[in-house]
Amino acid sequence: MELSGLASYLVSFLTFAGVYAVLALGLNMQWGFTGQFNIGIAGFFAVGAYTSAILTTPSSPAYLGGFGMPFLVGLAGAVIASTLLGLVVGLITARLRTDYLAIASIGIAEMVRLFVKNEGWLTNGVRGIAGIDRPFADTVLDSPLTYLVIVALFVAGVYFLVERARASPWGRVLRAIRENEPATAAAGKSIAGFRLQAFVLGSAIMGLGGGLYAHFFGFLSPEAFMPLYGTFLVWVMLIAGGSGNNRGAILGAIVVWGVWSGTALLTGLLPTEYATQGAALRVLLIGVLLQVILVTRPEGILPEKPPKLLARKR
Amino acid sequence: MTDILQLLIYGLVLGSVLTMGAIGVSMIFGILRFAHFAHGDFMTLGAYLGLSFISAFGLSSWWALPAAMVGMGVIAVFIDQVLYRRIRRTQPVILLIASFGMALILRSLVQLIWGSDNQTYASGIQFPWQLDWLGGMRLKPDHLWIMLISLALVAGVHLFLTRTRLGKAMRAMSDNMDLALVSGIPAERVIMVTWVIGGALAAAAGVFLGIDTRLHPVMGWTTLLPVFAAAILGGIGRPYGAIAGGMIIGVSMEMSTLLIPAAYKPAVAFAIMVGMLILRPQGIFKGTV
Repeated sequence: MELSGLASYLVSFLTFAGVYAVLALGLNMQWGFTGQFNIGIAGFFAVGAYTSAILTTPSSPAYLGGFGMPFLVGLAGAVIASTLLGLVVGLITARLRTDYLAIASIGIAEMVRLFVKNEGWLTNGVRGIAGIDRPFADTVLDSPLTYLVIVALFVAGVYFLVERARASPWGRVLRAIRENEPATAAAGKSIAGFRLQAFVLGSAIMGLGGGLYAHFFGFLSPEAFMPLYGTFLVWVMLIAGGSGNNRGAILGAIVVWGVWSGTALLTGLLPTEYATQGAALRVLLIGVLLQVILVTRPEGILPEKPPKLLARKR
Repeated sequence: MTDILQLLIYGLVLGSVLTMGAIGVSMIFGILRFAHFAHGDFMTLGAYLGLSFISAFGLSSWWALPAAMVGMGVIAVFIDQVLYRRIRRTQPVILLIASFGMALILRSLVQLIWGSDNQTYASGIQFPWQLDWLGGMRLKPDHLWIMLISLALVAGVHLFLTRTRLGKAMRAMSDNMDLALVSGIPAERVIMVTWVIGGALAAAAGVFLGIDTRLHPVMGWTTLLPVFAAAILGGIGRPYGAIAGGMIIGVSMEMSTLLIPAAYKPAVAFAIMVGMLILRPQGIFKGTV
């Protein structure tokens, strides 16, 4: 009994870490490679999650749809919706310095949250959407473990794609923009164009993460998309793991999710009347962790590898 | 007509709050070149510092203002010395991440110390004056005071920036960092004063917000977006622009309730900001892009 409880905790832990790893990989595309500062992750995450939920849940009178579509259609919808949102944000901010993107992205996240909360016809408002099925529901394959395998496959797939992108000439241009914008422009690259592409790709990955989250958790409400969970944890994960390094992003997601869950166990020891203070204390610890990393080891656990120098002929 | 005048008053009150925040954001951006994301939570912390001060000494609500401003000025310098100064040499964007983390640290501290329930400076309802000569419009004494004190603070900042050596040094650093440093401006002292003023004004914004509505751990965070919108509208790095930006955003947010649900007030600030970013990213007063 004890052992199976532990096993199921582990499965749920790893699934969460997997969803966060997808988000961290999306952020790595934007921040790690291109140096674009997006702190509206929660917005893209929410758009992905709600799109997938509306597409796949059985029809309901309380909100738009559901359309009862299969899992993969829901995920595809999540990716498309967050791509469109990323395109809009990217088009507005691609020409501006990254502080403006940061401010605009936090605005987008707030707008998405306000919209989700207030437009009950679409999202069922604060009551949320319940009963989002896992794939293979009502078959023998339906178990948390199967879903963990599915999430792991998606993490592996996304990792493969972004790693290919990183190694490609396209990825090199992104890093060149991050390191030296005027020089890259002088080399004839369209800065705004590449930035937009990276931003939209990152947003699409975040939307995928949102879809995966919806089917894992089974219930969505606006409270899940407060900036803390959606945005801040992902940032700490990427910075801790090593921004610019895709393996670092995944490792950071697992480690920081471990720390975050660990603090939950710790504050769980407090008496129940201190429950709200316990939650605040956890955020405080994670915040301090971020500052310590920034001051002492800004490159993270797995730093970005410098590119291999070509052997020079003498 | 009375409705519109009434909303105009509310807008100017909100505008005063936003102006206090936006001047700080703008100055910090001008000197240190990063968007300070903990500014909203500076406002929150300032408001709560004021609350503790008046409840400790049993004073009336307006005493919260000087206490909060002094306290926040000190805390802002402390945070800069402990954290921001250490990473100032790296890219400004690292400071941005650090300030985002600082925002969450401050908010959870407020929750830990003061709890997460709504609190008020003074209980009871304040009776507004009925202004019959303005079509029966109502004006709360508190609202009048918020506007007058903001005006005085803005005038103080103006005098500081134009009449004192340090103020002139600050404008010089904001206009042309390299030239200012070459001519021997004491950079560290200017940065410190920037934090004192930014922190104190943020605290003033927090106290105004607390007097106008209530105190809550996320009160500052939810105001951050309109504050940034005001700073961008005025031209980021331009303290004077922040005043115009704050008033325009404040009035538009309140006026918008005539047309759209009040829940979408922040969306108005956001829409103005996005429009500005598309049409004239340098702001009305040509800030640093």
